[in-house]
Amino acid sequence: MASEHEHHILKSIDAEQHRLEGELLDMGEMAVAQLEAALDVIDRRDDRAAERIIANDEAIDALENEISQDVMKLATGGPLARDLRYILTALRTASDIERVGDYAANLAKRSMALNKAPPLPVSHVTGLTSLGRLAVRQMRDVLRAYRDSDLVLAQQVRDNDVELDLRYTSLFRELLTYMMEDPRNITPCTHLLFMAKNLERIGDHATNIAEGIWYSEQGQHNPLPPRVKGDESNTAG
Amino acid sequence: MSAVLNAQDRARQSLYRRRSIVNAVSVALACATAVFGLVFLAWILWTLIRNGIPGMSLHLFTQDQPPPGETSGGLRNAFVGSLIMCGLAVGIGTPIGIAAGTWLAEYGDRSKLGTAVRFVNDILMSAPSIVLGLFVYAMYVLQTGGQFSAVAGAIALAFIVLPVVVRTTDEMLRLVPTQMREAALSLGVPQWKVIMQVLYRSARAGIVTGILLSIARISGETAPLLFTALGNDFFTLDIFHPMSGIPQVMYKFAGAPDDNWQHLAWAGALVVTLFVLAISLAARTFLFRKHISND
Amino acid sequence: MNDARSILKPAVANATQAAPAAAPKLAARDLDFYYGKFHALKNITLEIPEKRVTALIGPSGCGKSTLLRIFNRIYALYPGMEAKGEVLLDGENILDPKYSMNLLRSKVGMVFQKPVPFPMTIYDNVAYGIRHHEKLSKPDMNDRVELALRQGALWDEVKDKLGQNALGLSGGQQQRLCIARAVALRPEVLLLDEPTSALDPISTSRIEQLVEELKQDFTIAIVTHNMQQAARVSDYTAFMYLGDLIEHDTTSNIFSAPSQKQTEDYITGRFG
Repeated sequence: MASEHEHHILKSIDAEQHRLEGELLDMGEMAVAQLEAALDVIDRRDDRAAERIIANDEAIDALENEISQDVMKLATGGPLARDLRYILTALRTASDIERVGDYAANLAKRSMALNKAPPLPVSHVTGLTSLGRLAVRQMRDVLRAYRDSDLVLAQQVRDNDVELDLRYTSLFRELLTYMMEDPRNITPCTHLLFMAKNLERIGDHATNIAEGIWYSEQGQHNPLPPRVKGDESNTAG
Repeated sequence: MSAVLNAQDRARQSLYRRRSIVNAVSVALACATAVFGLVFLAWILWTLIRNGIPGMSLHLFTQDQPPPGETSGGLRNAFVGSLIMCGLAVGIGTPIGIAAGTWLAEYGDRSKLGTAVRFVNDILMSAPSIVLGLFVYAMYVLQTGGQFSAVAGAIALAFIVLPVVVRTTDEMLRLVPTQMREAALSLGVPQWKVIMQVLYRSARAGIVTGILLSIARISGETAPLLFTALGNDFFTLDIFHPMSGIPQVMYKFAGAPDDNWQHLAWAGALVVTLFVLAISLAARTFLFRKHISND
Repeated sequence: MNDARSILKPAVANATQAAPAAAPKLAARDLDFYYGKFHALKNITLEIPEKRVTALIGPSGCGKSTLLRIFNRIYALYPGMEAKGEVLLDGENILDPKYSMNLLRSKVGMVFQKPVPFPMTIYDNVAYGIRHHEKLSKPDMNDRVELALRQGALWDEVKDKLGQNALGLSGGQQQRLCIARAVALRPEVLLLDEPTSALDPISTSRIEQLVEELKQDFTIAIVTHNMQQAARVSDYTAFMYLGDLIEHDTTSNIFSAPSQKQTEDYITGRFG
């Protein structure tokens, strides 16, 4: 948003905000990379790689800490209006990305458990992988929207969450049928269920970040319309 | 730290050295001139004390002017005369001065008339006192049938008191912060009350100092009194007839070839000097007495 | 998911986080003001609601102090000032020459940036204004002075030294004395012109707390340079720039998401 008063008179505020944004985007990159690696590991059934993913989650947590401190520093300067919305959103976004990182590590962990069970037919796993790709796309999109302050893209991400929820619901039903077919499928399918749930939650966090972008830009005057939830798993049977 | 000085440090050091030398020379010169002035002041005071002490006695204040050739006598009539005329002068000049100063500060502050009045006041303040005396002579003494009087003398002295009081009142009132004025006015108090109850209190110390200083000044004025009060060898309280003051008596006695008279003149000079000194000290203590704590 | 984060959710814009808008106590309508030829205030229409705190903010020279000083016509002291338009106090135009100045001064009090206690005792400072307007017996006057000093949050500190010269008080105490002096007249409106600019942070906080308490009884308009102070203390905020009223809204709206870009640029320190 162009204006002749783009910059603060006190330049250190601009520098701090810029640094904060860089840290958030880095953190987002890491989380997405973790997610992609986890999905890969599920396919390849690679325990060693899975362990590495779990260990890497530490780095994401460390970044969240740093971001909290940077937000604190900006907060002590008494920011108002746009600047205040910015740091509040940054704090929330960092928390959302950290959760995404946790879910990615969880996926890797569960994949190790999945590997101990008898291997499932590939067809059973493709549903999860495609759900995973959708989640990755949502995260990539929302991070781009954050970087560019792209309100249109943010709204799209929010709207696309419906598709993710629908996919999840249908995957839920699909896994239920596999479990009913053959009791030997129960253990691995249960793992897959949890992993699918993780991916659906990642989608929700992407949506949270999208709403944060909207709030940061617009404030409370221009609210988004209420969210449409497509996840009917809690009523499916 | 390193003992090695780079080029910039060395350049700076030589600059500082030069400046210190210039500073030392200037200070020395200033002190020398101050001492020069003080030496003369001390000399005057010493002479005054040396010559005045012999003439000091209780007689000085209880006996009147002696005729020439006597060995006794005092300056009672002159002291009383000075007191009366100075008192009258302050009584005339102060109220008018305060009123005019107040008008300048509160009502006429930025007007053209105000500027003109201030200008004229400054001129009056530096007018030679003999000119003021002649003025009163022409305008008052002659117009009342050539009658010299203490009143005429007081009027002449009042012309010296007036501009000082006007100036001091004006300045002191203008030093009071605008916001105090506004604060009082925004309570609904009318302007004249604000001036009398708040502003005068605030400027009180300064105004009183101005009055004291003008008293100190007129105690020694001779020239204006010569054409107005003339002089009187006898004790009198009649202000509508000639009256003597210390300056006039000193003028008469100091030049005469009478030893007694000369001693009395020196004694009178010493008393006047001490009086002026006392007033100046009083003014100073009054002005600096209240120290307000502000954090 | 909703509860703890709901403050950040783009919620439906709530009209006021403060109490619902009350009737305007003081209102400027189409007000223009001139210093000689200089057009200092341009067509200002602004309402100051009753028993609420309204803050006036803006960069130097924007006219906020000028506007405040029109509300009690203190500008009339100086030559060359002219006001056109209306300023209504309880519906009556105070700019009308027929409106009694005495009445105005008893209804609208003012506190200035520099604490200016009168050179008298603490008691006399507070009683000074009262004495001009009312004839009270000694016990009644004592009660009024005590009430005013309590309202000014100063009573406990000075109750044993009412006879002392007010100039001996600290800066923060002097300012609270000035506030007590103004409320002693039981005005309906209090105008505060940067009341804490000259004070240390603790005194500033005390006076902010005082403003919180005073707004139960008085309508307050405060000019301040300190944005965070306006955010802490006021219910409504008006942003002015170069004599124009740019934006006027609830404080929570102005400081979380103002509608005018200029307002936001000023508040976030991007210009001014």
